[in-house]
Amino acid sequence: MTPLLKATAIRKSFGTTEVLKGVDLSVVPGECLVLLGPSGSGKSTLLRCLNLLEPISSGSILFDGEDIARAGKKASLVRQRIGMVFQNFELFQHLSTLDNIALAPIRVKSEKPAIARQRARHLLEKVHLPDKPDAFPDELSGGQQQRVAIARALAMEPTLMLYDEPTSALDPETVGEVLQVMQELAEEGMTSIVVTHEMGFARRAADHVIFMDAGRIAHEAAKRDFFGGTIPDRVARFLGHVRQ
Amino acid sequence: MINTSRFIIDYVISAPFADGALITIAVSLASLLVGMAVGLLLAMLQEIRWAPCRIAAFSYLWLFRGTPVLFQLIFVFNVLPSFGIVLPGFVCAVLALGLNEGAYMAEIMRSGIHAVGRGQRQAARALGMKDRQVMRYVVLPQALRIIIPPIGNQFIGMLKLSALVSVIAVNDLLLVANQTASANFRYLEALSAAGIYYLAMTTVLMIGQAVLERALRHRRRSAIVRMSFSQRLLGMVVNAGSVR
Repeated sequence: MTPLLKATAIRKSFGTTEVLKGVDLSVVPGECLVLLGPSGSGKSTLLRCLNLLEPISSGSILFDGEDIARAGKKASLVRQRIGMVFQNFELFQHLSTLDNIALAPIRVKSEKPAIARQRARHLLEKVHLPDKPDAFPDELSGGQQQRVAIARALAMEPTLMLYDEPTSALDPETVGEVLQVMQELAEEGMTSIVVTHEMGFARRAADHVIFMDAGRIAHEAAKRDFFGGTIPDRVARFLGHVRQ
Repeated sequence: MINTSRFIIDYVISAPFADGALITIAVSLASLLVGMAVGLLLAMLQEIRWAPCRIAAFSYLWLFRGTPVLFQLIFVFNVLPSFGIVLPGFVCAVLALGLNEGAYMAEIMRSGIHAVGRGQRQAARALGMKDRQVMRYVVLPQALRIIIPPIGNQFIGMLKLSALVSVIAVNDLLLVANQTASANFRYLEALSAAGIYYLAMTTVLMIGQAVLERALRHRRRSAIVRMSFSQRLLGMVVNAGSVR
């Protein structure tokens, strides 16, 4: 199958520090790709590069067949088609749940407010929060906020979802509800790239797993082989740490 | 003594004093609005990475913060006519006070904009918003809530500062009082009447500001517990001790 997104030889430096040292990655439609690795290995930066929040230093990114790495002013058009979920949710504090979800469709896609809000309600049901349309972000738990953030990203009808450590800032008891929503989306065929430390999620929902270390891909395999087959020592050590 | 208070009361309810107070309010409000517009513009200029913009903003701040506002007022009033620009005193007053206020408002606007976290902008950009949309729909609405208390302070300051315009023959409260007194040498009475007006106006503003701050606090992101003078005043006046 043709990949939905194909990144080749991605390099990224901040000043003199090279954070990504030539990363190749591709994801086919409907696939759930999980990025694992220790902190500072460049996973989050890679994700930000993929939707052009960070300009790459060199390399190419093909999204839906077009080279987006040098999109320049058109970058915002590309981002409309790629949803992103952040570690700290980043819901807009001045807007209710419903308006958080409807803002971008109304302002960016010029959707009629009534229609956008109606869709926002459906999305709230989808993330299992049908009774919270009027709540403000600071009235919600972390898990609820993150599910609203997922709904907000989905409102733009993206073809690819990026999750940047979506459960790292959550209380343990709310992690499950967020992973649940992500897994349901993946099962419905949403293409997604997930940076996470949740091995359980990787085992359940991933099709493919990439292990990053020090700005490079250290190991890459289909899920079954990643968790079942022979893996390099470095990966085994990391998995061992995480299991404890 | 009875005579004195009779005169004060007569002045307070007289038409010239009431008109003078109206002029004072009009000058202050108009200058504040000009100042906010200029301040916002200066704040945005400083956000732009292109050096000439920042140099222009810096030069403005340097010029207007580095000279006395009374000097600016007299300069506008007396120098512009020699270039063929003859403006009514009121316009000169608003121009000078507004441009000067802009130099201070810029810093308030800037701190408001910066108080909206990077993550919020990033989330907005990730949804496909252009920089202008990010500013308008995500950053400014949140910044506004942050800058309302300091703007209230500026308004109160402006009301007092506006007394300076009496030197360029704008019929504000102070000029009315001064002229009334110079006709019959009842300085104590005339100036007391003006003082009563000033106190009444600033008190109303302080109370209004405290009410507004209280209403906004619910939606404030960071719960910084800091009581302004006006809040303490309100707490004293309205319900001693129950202001959180």
